[in-house]
Amino acid sequence: MSHEAVRVDPDMEYLTPGVVDLEQMFWTGLGATYTHCNQVWPNLYIGDKKTALEKPGLVEMGVTHIINAAEGTWNNVSTEMIHSLFLVNPSGDIFLEKHWKSVVSRSVCDYFLEAREKALDPEDVPPVISTPHHYLISIYRDKLFFLSVIQTEVPPLFVIEFLHRVAEMIQDYFGECSETVIKDNVVMVYELLEEMLDNGFPLATESNVLKEMIRPPTILRSVVNTLTGSSNVGDKLPTGQLSTIPWRRAGVKYTNNEAYFDVVEEIDAILDRTGTTVFAEIQGVVEACVKLSGMPDLTLSFMNPRLLDDVSFHPCVRYKRWESERVLSFIPPDGNFTLMTYHVNAQNLVAIPVYVKHSINFFESGSGGRLDLTVGPKQTMGKTVEGVLVTVHMPKTVLSVSLNATQGSYTYDNATKVLVWDIGKLNPQKLPNLRGSLSLQTGAPKPEENPSLNIDLKIQQLAISGLKVNRLDMFGEKYKPFKGVKYITKAGKFQVRM
Amino acid sequence: MLSMSTNNSSYNDQGGADSAVEIGQETTPTSNSGAGFGLFSTDFKKNDDLKEMLENNKESLKLEAMKRIVGLIAKGKNASELFPAVVKNVASKNIELKKLVYVYLVRYAEEQQDLALLSISTFQRALKDPNQLIRASALRVLSSIRVPIIIPIMMLAIKEAASDMSPYVRKTSAHAIQKLYSLDPDQKEHLIEVIEKLLKDKSTLVAGSVVMAFEEVCPERIDLIHKNYRKLCNLLVDVEEWGQVVIISMLTRYARTQFTSPWREDGVFDENSERAFYESDEEKTRDDTEIKPYTMDPDHRLLLRNTKPLLQSRNTAVVMSVAQLYWHLAPRNEVSIVTKSLVRLLRSHREVQYIVLQNIATMSIQRKGMFEPYMKSFYVRSTDATHIKSLKLEILTNLANEANISTILREFQTYVKSQDKQFAAGTIQAIGRCATNISEVTDTCLNGLVLLLSNRDETVVAESVVVIKKLLQAQPSQHSDIIKHMAKLLDNITVSMARASILWLIGEYCERVPKIAPDVLRKMAKSFTSEEDIVKLQTVNLAAKLYLTNSKQTKLLTQYILNLGKYDQNYDIRDRTRFIRQLIVPNEKSGALSKYARRILLAPKPAPVLESAYKDRDRYQLGTLSHTINTKASGYLELSDWPAVAPDQSVRNVEVIEPVKEWAPSLGKTGKSKPAKSSDDKFYSDSGEEEEDEKGSGTSSSNDGSSSSSAESGSDAESDEDKSSSQSSEESEKSSSQSEKSSSESDIEQKKKKKMKKPPQKKNVKPPNKDSDSDENGNLARKASSSSAEDSSDSESGSVTDSDTEHQKSKVKPKEVKLQKEVSLLDLDDFTPGPATQPRSVLSPSLLTDLEGLSLSNISTMQVSGPAFVPEKSHNLLHRMTGKGLAAQYQFTRQPCLYQPNMVSVQISLTNTSDHRLEQIHIGERSPAGLKIHCFNTIEFLEPDASVTVSMGIDFNDSTQAANFQLCTKEDQFSVSIQPAVGDLFLAVTMTEQDFRKEQGKLQGMNECSATITVTAENTSSQPLNRRVAAMANVGVVPSGQDNVHRFAGKTACSGAVLLVTVELRESSAAVITINTEKSVMGSMLLRDLKKSLAQA
Repeated sequence: MSHEAVRVDPDMEYLTPGVVDLEQMFWTGLGATYTHCNQVWPNLYIGDKKTALEKPGLVEMGVTHIINAAEGTWNNVSTEMIHSLFLVNPSGDIFLEKHWKSVVSRSVCDYFLEAREKALDPEDVPPVISTPHHYLISIYRDKLFFLSVIQTEVPPLFVIEFLHRVAEMIQDYFGECSETVIKDNVVMVYELLEEMLDNGFPLATESNVLKEMIRPPTILRSVVNTLTGSSNVGDKLPTGQLSTIPWRRAGVKYTNNEAYFDVVEEIDAILDRTGTTVFAEIQGVVEACVKLSGMPDLTLSFMNPRLLDDVSFHPCVRYKRWESERVLSFIPPDGNFTLMTYHVNAQNLVAIPVYVKHSINFFESGSGGRLDLTVGPKQTMGKTVEGVLVTVHMPKTVLSVSLNATQGSYTYDNATKVLVWDIGKLNPQKLPNLRGSLSLQTGAPKPEENPSLNIDLKIQQLAISGLKVNRLDMFGEKYKPFKGVKYITKAGKFQVRM
Repeated sequence: MLSMSTNNSSYNDQGGADSAVEIGQETTPTSNSGAGFGLFSTDFKKNDDLKEMLENNKESLKLEAMKRIVGLIAKGKNASELFPAVVKNVASKNIELKKLVYVYLVRYAEEQQDLALLSISTFQRALKDPNQLIRASALRVLSSIRVPIIIPIMMLAIKEAASDMSPYVRKTSAHAIQKLYSLDPDQKEHLIEVIEKLLKDKSTLVAGSVVMAFEEVCPERIDLIHKNYRKLCNLLVDVEEWGQVVIISMLTRYARTQFTSPWREDGVFDENSERAFYESDEEKTRDDTEIKPYTMDPDHRLLLRNTKPLLQSRNTAVVMSVAQLYWHLAPRNEVSIVTKSLVRLLRSHREVQYIVLQNIATMSIQRKGMFEPYMKSFYVRSTDATHIKSLKLEILTNLANEANISTILREFQTYVKSQDKQFAAGTIQAIGRCATNISEVTDTCLNGLVLLLSNRDETVVAESVVVIKKLLQAQPSQHSDIIKHMAKLLDNITVSMARASILWLIGEYCERVPKIAPDVLRKMAKSFTSEEDIVKLQTVNLAAKLYLTNSKQTKLLTQYILNLGKYDQNYDIRDRTRFIRQLIVPNEKSGALSKYARRILLAPKPAPVLESAYKDRDRYQLGTLSHTINTKASGYLELSDWPAVAPDQSVRNVEVIEPVKEWAPSLGKTGKSKPAKSSDDKFYSDSGEEEEDEKGSGTSSSNDGSSSSSAESGSDAESDEDKSSSQSSEESEKSSSQSEKSSSESDIEQKKKKKMKKPPQKKNVKPPNKDSDSDENGNLARKASSSSAEDSSDSESGSVTDSDTEHQKSKVKPKEVKLQKEVSLLDLDDFTPGPATQPRSVLSPSLLTDLEGLSLSNISTMQVSGPAFVPEKSHNLLHRMTGKGLAAQYQFTRQPCLYQPNMVSVQISLTNTSDHRLEQIHIGERSPAGLKIHCFNTIEFLEPDASVTVSMGIDFNDSTQAANFQLCTKEDQFSVSIQPAVGDLFLAVTMTEQDFRKEQGKLQGMNECSATITVTAENTSSQPLNRRVAAMANVGVVPSGQDNVHRFAGKTACSGAVLLVTVELRESSAAVITINTEKSVMGSMLLRDLKKSLAQA
C-alpha cells in the first residue's frame, strides 16, 4: 500500500513537529504513517532498504542513482542460518518463496539463474554460489531446485542436509515432490516450512513430530475437513518434543502389528572394456516399515555382522549396543524410516551379477557405425536377474540409431543422446542382444572415444553380500507382531566402460 | 517498560478493532494508486473479496481467505493491504486460522508496525497460557515481529520463558534471543545473562539452541562455556542433530583456546598418545621414565571420545563437523578414524559430495595416507556432474605417489577420452601435476602428452600444449624433439592459448631449434594481423628473442612485425611493440637498458610450480562456508592457534554449590506436587526441576535425597546429574551411558579434590578381587568409567591406589557408585555435619569410602541378601531322547553368582540315562556372539544312571533373551537354550523403608509403571502376598510401617539397576502394584507377571 512516495505539496502549510511531538509519534506509532519512500525534494527521495531493492519500482519513479546512507544498529545483524528459501522449477520460474525473517528480494535468484543458464545440465549447477551480499546454496532434486539464501557463515552441509529434509518431508506428506503437488498444497507446505525452521534454525525435522502438528492429507480427511470445517493443524503439543525419544510419538495403536525390514544392497562398480572389475563395492541400506503399538523396544541381529565395515544409523539405534554386541537395538519411529546404511567390508570380493559383451565401431568414413550388445548373467547365486536396463550416453555426433533387440525395447533420445534399452528379465538360455547401425552427423569426425554403459538391475530375495538377518526380538510390549524381512539387490552406480 | 505494555494492551483492547478498520480504510486508496509499484495490481479485485471474507463471521470463510492469502505470500505477491483485516483474527479460537494469521503477521509486521502493535496484547496473554505449545508459539511470533517498540516486551518475555518449566518453551526462548539481538544489538548484555542461564540447562532439547544463540550473540565470551563444557560434551550424543553441529563447531573453537597442541613431531609423543587412546594401564609407570611427555588434558580427551560415535550419524552435517573436529583437534595418528565416514558420505546426494570432496581435497594435500586406501572411491564416473569430476581428479592427483602412480595414470587415460572436454582438459593438467611431483614418471607423462597432441579434439591438444610447455620449462635440455614436433603443430592448432604457448617455447629455446625458429617467425609474420592478441604478443616476443640471437636471419622479419604491432588496435600490443623496439634496436635515444636486452629477454626463468588449487584452503576451518567459497564469509570466526601453555584447567570444574536449602528435611515427600518455581528458588532447584519437567512427570526433588543421609548434603551438580541420568530415560542403554559419563565426570572431580586435600587416610588398601579385572568386556559402562578414572589419574600418580579401589568398587556394585561418589566428594575439611539422622555420619566419609570399597561393609544402604524364596521348579534343558541319553535340567538358584557378580547363577543337573558312559561333557559354541557364560568345568565322564549337578553363570545383560549354547559330549553336540523369567534376573536386596522411598523418588516418570488389580482374598494378608511376590521375582522384603503397603526391593544382576516393587492394598480387594526401575522394559514385564500371579486364586 505504501510504496507510493509522499509528494511534497508546496502550498500546504506544514509545521515541523517539536521534540515532544516527535517522541510521541515515535513511541505510539501514531501521527505518522511509516512509508517506505518519501519525496523530500523534487526528484529526491529518501527510502528504505526495501525500496532500494525493488528495481522496477525505482525505474518507475525515475530513480537513476542510489546513495546508501544507512547507519545505526537496526537490521544490520543477521544471525539466522537459513534466511530464505526459493523453489525454482526447471524453466527457471520461482513458484514458492519463504522468508524466515526479513524479505529478500527474489532478484537475488538472478545470480543462480545465470549459473543455471550456463550449466549444460542442471546437475552441473554449483551447489554454492556467492553473490555480493548473499550466499546461495541450492540442491537439485526431483527436477526442482531448492534454493536457500544465506547471509552469514554456516556449515554448507548443514543447509544442504536441511534442504534435502524439506524435500523428503514433502515427499513423505504428499507422496511425491513435484511442482504441481507443491502448488496444490501450498498452504500446507508453507506451514510445514514454518514449523521446520525457526529464525533460520531447524526446529522440528522429525517426520513423526511434524505429523502430529500438521496432519498429512488423506482423501478421506480432506473430504471430512471440507464438510465439517475442521483443520489439518494439530491442537495438541506433540508429545515427541518432550519425551526422550523425539522420533516416536506416544499412543501409537494398530490392530495389526507389523514390522517389515527391507535389506537393499546396491552394487557400485566400474568395469573396464575387457570386463575386468576396476572398482566394486557393496552399499546396503536397511529400510524399515514398523507399525507397532505402544513403545516396542526392538532388537535386530544379523547372522554375520562382521561383513559390515562401516555403518550409519538412524538416531534411534543405540550405538553402544552395536559397539559391544553388534546388534541393532532401538525403539523405532512409527512408520517408514531408514534404520541403517552400511558398507560391506572391502576384503570380500564383490560378485558381479551380469556381464556385457559389447562392441561399438565407427567407420573411418565418419558416416556411421555399428553397435552390438549382449548381456548375460554371471554370478547370480542362482537367482533371476530382473529389471535389466542398459543406458548408453552416445557421442554427440550420433544422429540416429537403427537397432534390433532380441528382447525388450529400446529408445533413443536425440536431444540428450541417450540410448535406453529396457531388457527386463534375463534368460540365461537365450541372451538378449541389441545390434544395428548408428548414423552420424555428416562431415563430423569419427568420435574419439567410446561411450560408457550404465546398467540397472534387480535381484529379488538376495543380498549379494550374503548378509542375513538372524532374528528380531521385541521387548516392552506383549502382543505378537508380524515380522518380515525382504532382501533385494540392485545395481547402484554400475558402469561399464566400452 | 511495564507501563508501556499495559498502555498497549488497553489501547488494543478498547480501540483495537475500530482503529484497525479505520486505518484499513485509510490505506486502501493509497494502495490503489500505488498498485503499479507492487506486483499485486492484477490481483486487486480478488483482494477485495478476501477482505470481506475475513470480516465475515463464518470461521470457514475466514480460513479460506487466510489460506488464499498465505498462498499469495508463498508466491511472493504483496498482500500487505489486508493487514488490518487479518490482524483482527489474531485472537481467534481456531488454531489453524490462528497459525495462518501468525504466518501473515511475521511476514508483514515490520512494514506495518503501528498495526502490528494491535496484536501484542494477544501474545502477552498467550505467554501465560497453561499449554506450552501456545506459550512457545506466542513467543516465536512475538519475537519474529521486528518492531523496535516492543523490544522491552520481548526482553521480558524471553527472560520469563528462559525459566519456563517446559524445555520446549526454553528452547524457543533461546531462538528468540538471536532474534532480539539482531533487532537491537544494544540488548547484548541482558541477553548474555539469559544465555548464561540457559547454558546451565540440562535438557538436550535446549542445548543446541542456546549454543546457537551463544555463537551469534557473544562468541567471544568463551568463559561462559567453562562450567558447562563437560556437561555439553556428555549431552552431545542425545542432542538433536542440528544442535550437535552447532555444539561441535563451538567446542572446536573452545578447545583450540583451552588445550595445548597434541601435534608433536617427535616419536615420544606418538607413542604416548597411542597409549592414551587405548588406555593402557602401564602408562603411568612409563611416563615417569620419559623426559617430558605430552599428556592430553582429560577434558580434551573427553571431547574426542564423546564425538566419535557421532561419525555414525545419518546426518551428513554432523559427520562432517565431527570430521573437522578431529582434523583440528585430534592427535595426528587419530585423525584417520574419520576417513571411512567421510568416504561414506560420497554415496549421498550430489551437493553433499561436492562439499565433502572439497574438504577431502584440502585434507589429502596434508595427509595423503588418510585417503590412499580409499583411492578407488574417487574414481570418476561418466555420470558425475562436472564439478564433482574435477574435485575427484584433484583428490586423485593429491593422492598420487610412486607406488600408485601407474594405477592412477591408467585411470587418467580413460578420462582423457571423456566426452566432457572440460574434464578431459582437467585430466591433462592433472597428468602434468603428477609429472612434476613424481620425477619417476615425468618422462612417461611427457610422452603420453605428446601423443595427445595428435588428438582430434582441439581443447585436448591445446591443454596438452600448455602443460607440456610447463613441463619442458622444468627440463628443456633433453627435449628439443618435442619442441620441433610442436612447432610443426602450429599450422593445425587454432586455440590461441596453445599457439601462444608454442611460440613462447620456441622463443625461449630458439637456440635449440635454430633452423625452425626463423621459419616459424616467417609464418607468424604472414598471419600476424589475423591472430588473437595473446598470440600477437608472443609473436612480438619471439621476434625480439630471435633478433637478439639470430639477427642476421630475422632482422627484417622482426622489423616487419614491429611495424605491424605499432599500428595494432590493441594498446597492449602497441605498448609492447614500442618497448621491445626501444629495447632491442640500438639507437641514440635508447639508454643503458638496451645493453642488457639479452639478459632481460633471455633470462633463465624458474619453472612454474604446478600445485593444487586447494593448497592454502586449510587456512579456513574445514566444513565451513568460507572453506567452500575460499573467501572469508561474513560472520566467520577464526580458529585460534593452540596456546603455548594451557590455561587453567580448573575453570571447568563445576563448583560445589552449598546446598543450604536442601538441608531442610522433608521426609518421604514425593515432589509431584511441587508448584512452578518462584523466582527465588531458581538457583538451587533449577536443574532438578527442569529435569522433571522434561520428563513430563513429577519426580521427587533433591530434598528427599539429602534428607536421608547427611553425608550427601554436599551433593552438587554432579549428583543431580546422576539422578537425572537414572530417571531420565526409559531406555536402559541410554541411561547407563549417561550415568557412565556423569560418573566419569565426577571421577575426575574427585581426583582433583583429593589432590588438593591430600587425604590423610590414604593407605594401601589392597583392591579386592583383583581377578575381576579379567572381565574386561564384562560390562561396558563399568569399563568406560574405570578407563576415565585412569585417564584422569594420568597426571597424578599419588592417588593411584584410590582410583584403583574406586573402580574396583564400581565394578562390584555399580549401583553404589553414586552414593559413594557423593560421599567422597566431601573430604574431612569439607565435611559439614548435617542433621545426624544416620549413625554412619559419624564415620569420616573417606574412611567410609574405603570400607565400602572392600564391598564387605554392612553400612551400605542396599545390600544383597539371600533369596526369600527359591523356586523348586526346574526346567528342561535337554530331553534324554534328543540328548542321546544325556538329560539336563536347569534351575535358577537366585543366589548371587560366585564367579562374576553380574551373572545369574544357574544350577544344572545332568543325568546319564543311556547305557554307556558319557565323556567330556562341556559347553561349546554359544549365541548370540556376545553372550558371556561362566562354564562349569568339563565333566570328564558320567557313568550310566549317574547324575551330577553343576552350576554356571550366565550374563543375560538384563534381558529375557534366551541364552543359547551347545552342550557337548565327546561325540555329540546339542543346542540348548536357557530362557530366564524376568524375575530371575534380579537379586534380592535389603534396605530400609527410608532408603526405599529415596530410591523411589529418583525413579519416577518413565521409570515407573503401575497397574490396579483385584487380588484374591487369600493374597490380602502379608504372608501369602510376600510369598507370591518372592516366587515371581527375586526381591527382598522391605520392612514397612504401614499394614496395607508392601514393599520389595531388588537389583538387576547385570547392571545393578534398582528395582522397587510396591503393592498397596486398597478397599474391596483392589491393589495397586507400582514398579520403579530404570530398566523400564524389565519393569513392565515384571508388572505383567505380578498382575497375573496376584490375581490368581
